[in-house]
Amino acid sequence: MFQSIFILGLLAQPPANVAAFDTPNDEGSSITVTWEPSPADSGNLFLFRGYEIYRSDTPTGEFKCVGFAAAGATRFDDSNTDIQDGQEYFYVVRALTSSGHEDSPVAGPVASSAQWFNTQRVNVLAITLLISALVIYYIRRARAGDRLFVRKIAGLDAIEDAVGRSTEMGKPILYSFGLSYLNEVWTLASLSILHRVAEKCAEYSTRLLVPHYDPLVMSAAQETVKQAYAEAGRPDLYDERDSPFLTADQFGYAAGVDGMMMRERPGAVFWQGYFYAESLILAETGHSVGAIQIAGTTSVEQIPFFVVACDYTLIGEEMYAASCYLRPDPQMLGSLKGEDLTKAMILVFLAGAAVLGTAGVLSSHFFDYNGLNVLFENVVQWFNTF
Amino acid sequence: MKRDIPLIITFLTGFLCVIAFFIPHPPFGDLQQRFLVWYAIVAGFTMILGLDSLVKYNVKKITQHKPGWQYSYVLLFGLALVLVTGFQSWFKYNTPFELRSSFMYSYIHIIVPLQATMFALLAFFISSSAYRAFRARTFEATLLLIAAAIVMLGRVPIGEMISDKIPLRSDWLLNVPQLAAKRGIQVGVYLGGVVMSLRIILGIERTYLT
Repeated sequence: MFQSIFILGLLAQPPANVAAFDTPNDEGSSITVTWEPSPADSGNLFLFRGYEIYRSDTPTGEFKCVGFAAAGATRFDDSNTDIQDGQEYFYVVRALTSSGHEDSPVAGPVASSAQWFNTQRVNVLAITLLISALVIYYIRRARAGDRLFVRKIAGLDAIEDAVGRSTEMGKPILYSFGLSYLNEVWTLASLSILHRVAEKCAEYSTRLLVPHYDPLVMSAAQETVKQAYAEAGRPDLYDERDSPFLTADQFGYAAGVDGMMMRERPGAVFWQGYFYAESLILAETGHSVGAIQIAGTTSVEQIPFFVVACDYTLIGEEMYAASCYLRPDPQMLGSLKGEDLTKAMILVFLAGAAVLGTAGVLSSHFFDYNGLNVLFENVVQWFNTF
Repeated sequence: MKRDIPLIITFLTGFLCVIAFFIPHPPFGDLQQRFLVWYAIVAGFTMILGLDSLVKYNVKKITQHKPGWQYSYVLLFGLALVLVTGFQSWFKYNTPFELRSSFMYSYIHIIVPLQATMFALLAFFISSSAYRAFRARTFEATLLLIAAAIVMLGRVPIGEMISDKIPLRSDWLLNVPQLAAKRGIQVGVYLGGVVMSLRIILGIERTYLT
């Protein structure tokens, strides 16, 4: 055993084919170094410790250690802040063994530069352009007078009933954004729903409580409610203190909203935003006070909890469609139609890929032909780049 | 004009973020990060607004003797206590996050147990909601009950003791129908997000502007 360790230590060799090149698709100041593993890199960490990467401005100058790569690695991205674009650099990769080290030949010169286009995102650009083109096409068609059909969304239709029921019972309404922040798309979608709820509350003179987790969302929501009250001709009903900030702590917020529900006993509760583990704590408390509950979230993990505990649930994209549904002007409906067509195309693509994959397995099994399998793997790889 | 300026700012910001996603070259490459830093700065200042709102809300409750007004005293006392311990720790250790500080003591020994208590309540809420969801009154509810029973049994050793097929069926339910439904919803969510963003950038969606 000790003899073999000694021999391997003596036989330590440097990594082969060391290459240094500008890191592709980046904003510069980064050089990638690749190599083939040293013959001593056998996976035994006791015998082979890893690689040290050295950099210098000149091929014969003093090389400075800029990083370490573990045993088995064949790549290192040198993104140290001292790399200047356009400046030429030289690299050496040192293999560290239990008995010493071996340096590779010098690789370089290489200079880093920033790229003007990230070629890895061509697919994303293509699908973005396709969606944009479809949305704009349908908006134009809708403007030209085409009638576009939108299916019924029960959760949105129930808003008026929920507010009316609360009014009849003389109870307030509670609206929560969950743990949403203002830079998230679902928060903006939720603001549209809040606007409609606030309009109805103003119309029926019902108190609207909106407890908050994020002060920025609080500011936006207060403005939305104020505007809705003003549009309904009841600016006098608006009270900023009904839309308070509670805390920026997840379970502290859950406790605060639960307490508010137990004290105020709302007749209707709206959970519209992004929720985590507190979703069921909130929705079950809402159920226990006998409120009609309308939830909506894009959090796939929390949807089942809301489906179980609430009367209506807007599932995923229905939340985004809410603003179009509540204000069905041609531009909004056109964008919705464009989205639906893109979804249909993705479904066709997925069905086609499933057929191709199945045909690949069958042809490989019965006819010993692997061409379809290879094609399927290529399609999967291409799809994974999205 | 009052509406046009925010719309122009929204359009430019959204458009630049989209461009930055495809162009890594400066000055576009780090634009999104830069915007996020701006957002963080604005968000930091709005915490003062939040504090103001919290104090006003609780003072109103106390002065109007609304239900549970006594708890508002507890909240205001807690708020003051955290502020005082935070500043005291800052002066003493140059950071409030020093483990020996009074601020961290109150965090570790008061706030963390309170958070854990709220989280622990989830178990009781799951039981009550599961009772309602699993009442086999309809075909769908019966299906849900059977699926849930298989999945739950498949996750615990007793399931394997009953039959070695239960864990396999449980995995199949999670990896095939459950995952398919989840991914279907996710595709809709992502596409909906893209189209919603497009509506906002193009100024079609204006509900957030008040």
